[in-house]
Amino acid sequence: MLDMPPPPNAGGAIEHRLDYADGNRRRVFVTHIETPYPKGRLIVSRTDTRGIITQCNQSFVDMSGYERGELIGQPHCLLRHPDMPSVAFRDLWETVQAGRQWHGYVKNLRKDGGHYWVFATVVPNIRDGRIVGYTSVRREPSRERVAQAEASYKEWIRS
Amino acid sequence: MSFNFTVSPSFPAERISDWYIFNTWLQRSLSIPIHLELHDGFDAQRAAIEAGQVDLIHANPFDASLLVREKGFRAIARPDGAPDEMVIVSAQGHPALAIDDLPPGTRIACANDPCVNTIGRILLEPANLGADNTVEQQRGTYIQVAKDVLRGQADVGFLPVGAYRGLSSLVRRELKVLVTSDIQVIHHVFLLGRDLHARADDFVRILLSMHETEKGQDLLSALGATRWQAVEQEDVEFMIDIISTLTQ
Ligand SMILES: Cc1cc2nc3c(=O)[nH]c(=O)nc-3n(C[C@H](O)[C@H](O)[C@H](O)COP(=O)(O)O)c2cc1C
Repeated sequence: MLDMPPPPNAGGAIEHRLDYADGNRRRVFVTHIETPYPKGRLIVSRTDTRGIITQCNQSFVDMSGYERGELIGQPHCLLRHPDMPSVAFRDLWETVQAGRQWHGYVKNLRKDGGHYWVFATVVPNIRDGRIVGYTSVRREPSRERVAQAEASYKEWIRS
Repeated sequence: MSFNFTVSPSFPAERISDWYIFNTWLQRSLSIPIHLELHDGFDAQRAAIEAGQVDLIHANPFDASLLVREKGFRAIARPDGAPDEMVIVSAQGHPALAIDDLPPGTRIACANDPCVNTIGRILLEPANLGADNTVEQQRGTYIQVAKDVLRGQADVGFLPVGAYRGLSSLVRRELKVLVTSDIQVIHHVFLLGRDLHARADDFVRILLSMHETEKGQDLLSALGATRWQAVEQEDVEFMIDIISTLTQ
């Protein structure tokens, strides 16, 4: 995955280095700008068994800030925000690989360094008894729940 | 022996006769005996499904989940056009201007369509409203839902977009839409039970060419579509995976 280019108005953006579970690293620039969740919508994406994006809906494209062609074929951790603790995603992967549904509050990173909050549910796509991929459906979270998740994630990252 | 056909009870009552005409057309086109049984509500229909009394069905997305995953039904076609969306309305004079303004204790008027109610519930989550801090009032028809809202007996009402548009302009003027769902990926599908799988190709052929005759076109437009589209089993499996994330 490519490093993020520094944004043109780099003044407010903070540089971070992300360490992924597979040993890869990526440099990102993060701002404090939150994009509000689009009312009434679901944000849907689908991956293969390794977490590579294979399909997504228009809301997913719009919220990510990328073009569709920049998303398909990329690992889903393209959207990983440095404020998200890696233990949340470890739990996600363990749960869905065991054939169960995972839910959680997720702060996602946009291409422009901003972010958006979602309540995500990830399910394994089971066909003829085999897991052939995963689907994630996100919906709008309440601000109270986002505040709680934000506080817990800060705690988890510190410990 | 005749096959039993049914339609998920979410369609407007004015369409009942159109479904009978559709059934006659289906029997003639395929030269097989088909009996149309329209169940009085979702519970009666679920009971018929459980009793094995349904061989073919125009199913709402939630019924399709059960039928495909647990009963071996196969999806063969779906009507084109708008997917199944819903609105949450309140009375013009109600203080809430958006979902976020709704307080705990909000009274909800709804019918008993599980699709509409599930999506409506999801669209209330941003206001931190759930089953434990709202009051739900189930009504027999969507007209009654609208009336409850207009009379101030409910703060909000859940309506399918089709039912909302079907209200008189006088009633609609007294209502405001707080949110419209834009789910995009959820729609009705035409399903065949195991006993009809051998005839699936015939069903697909006649449904997909239905719009080619004037009579077929008239029937389709009465049912709110312009043509049938083919669906792959995987499209429906994907829709069912999405629905499974909404129902817990
Ligand atoms: C279907 C599916 C959807 C996912 N959606 C996201 C997402 O929206 N944002 C995100 O940061 N990670 C998402 N993940 C998790 C990523 O694959 C990855 O685990 C995460 O970004 C953390 O990276 P790491 O596991 O390399 O540490 C998703 C995984 C799956 C299977």
